[in-house]
Amino acid sequence: MKARQVFEQAGELAILGGRAFRAMVSPPYEGGLWIAQMEQIGVRSLGVASITTIFTGMVMALQTAYSLPAIGVKYYLGTVVSKSLVRELGPVLTALIVGGRIGAGMTAEIGTMKVTEQVDALRAMAVDPVKKLVVPKLIATLVMLPALTILGDALGILGGLFVAVLQLDLTPGFYLNDVFSTLKLADITSGVGKTFFFGYFIAIVGCYNGLTSRGGADGVGRATTNTVVLSAILVLVSDAVLTKLFHLLT
Amino acid sequence: MTDVTSQANEALFVVRGLAKAYEGRRVLDGLDFEVRHGECLVILGRSGSGKSVTLRQLNGLESADGGSVHFDGIEISALAERELFPIRRRIGMLFQGGALFDSLDIADNVAFPLREHTTLSEEEIARTVGEKLALVGLPDVEAKMPAELSGGMKKRAALARSLALDPEAMLFDEPTTGLDPITSATIGRLIQSIRADSNVTSVVVTHDVALARRIGDRLAFLEDGRFTFVGDWQEADRSGPRTLADFLAGREEEADAA
Repeated sequence: MKARQVFEQAGELAILGGRAFRAMVSPPYEGGLWIAQMEQIGVRSLGVASITTIFTGMVMALQTAYSLPAIGVKYYLGTVVSKSLVRELGPVLTALIVGGRIGAGMTAEIGTMKVTEQVDALRAMAVDPVKKLVVPKLIATLVMLPALTILGDALGILGGLFVAVLQLDLTPGFYLNDVFSTLKLADITSGVGKTFFFGYFIAIVGCYNGLTSRGGADGVGRATTNTVVLSAILVLVSDAVLTKLFHLLT
Repeated sequence: MTDVTSQANEALFVVRGLAKAYEGRRVLDGLDFEVRHGECLVILGRSGSGKSVTLRQLNGLESADGGSVHFDGIEISALAERELFPIRRRIGMLFQGGALFDSLDIADNVAFPLREHTTLSEEEIARTVGEKLALVGLPDVEAKMPAELSGGMKKRAALARSLALDPEAMLFDEPTTGLDPITSATIGRLIQSIRADSNVTSVVVTHDVALARRIGDRLAFLEDGRFTFVGDWQEADRSGPRTLADFLAGREEEADAA
């Protein structure tokens, strides 16, 4: 892709985001559609989000204990697992895994509607596709991604607990005491705070690629692939920027 | 502009100098035409001649590069997307593939514009949906999903949906493409009976000559981005250009045959 196209696309993504927020705050509010999307996006991602973070927490506990056994790092297991999960791995892994799932779903759904003229049919019936299709998905993502991340953080810490107790002979009380004494509110707000940005990128990229799909099933397929790649890149790049930013603020 | 407003009295659509290009290729090169109140104008032309693009200008689904489109005296080619919404409620459109929402059943599809734009109760909506489906000859399909219907039935259901708000004008994009001859004839008969009932102004884009002869009051023939003929059937048969005569008779052009 040429540099010019990159900037054009960035501009169009920003315009779609602006239109979506304007449509979001202007009545009528279609709560039914929002709830349906929250179920689709949030509830149905519970399984994949849980598995990702539980196992990440377990692996982190094992790796930490094995990598530096001499200095007794296992006594700080709660600190290491909870800090890195809550600040970094929980938000980013959830955004990557859940984002891939829901972003691709948005592009496939809206893209199929686009190439079969259903999006044009909405417009021809004097209905704004941004309001009808994009807004419910954006709202649902902005609500559900942080919620899934908080749940994922908790499950990841629980995964660490399993390993701490079953493999490393720590007591649950010791591990959890370590977790709660070191974890600060700032860790949680900076970690969860990022997910609103991640959710915004995922939803806008997913919807944008759907609305600009053309060329039948082949075009929708390409758009869907593009969503997975572009939303992952945006999550990782914005994570670096946001991490620095939150550091400066706190 | 005086000429446009004076014509607005007798014509519902007035199109002047309409031009559109895609990636440097001129698709429409200065179209001028009117659609009079209550008439059915058929736009004929070969595949890829820009017929659908022309149709999509009439309710502002696509923007023009030059020229103007007036609907009922309003210059719709100058309006923003949001400002077009009140206009589009007055214009129904039947898409080539029907464009039914495949996540909704047929009743919800037909009810969709009513729920969006009216304050009717669910009972009244159900009654209107039943009426519109009966009008297109599709009783007892309310609970079916679009995927369960044949191509012809989908088109008829989509027609019912586009008629739900009792539009003043109807735009038909290739209403018979992909249908067998008998189903095509059914669609033609439906369009005729709808016009007889409601006197709706219609613009039909097609390459189906049999359909065009059946429903068209006048025809416009699109070639290379321009209308090489606009007039009624008598004129077309008597004094139309040779390319139109070839098209109507289904003869290959010399250039193609060679």
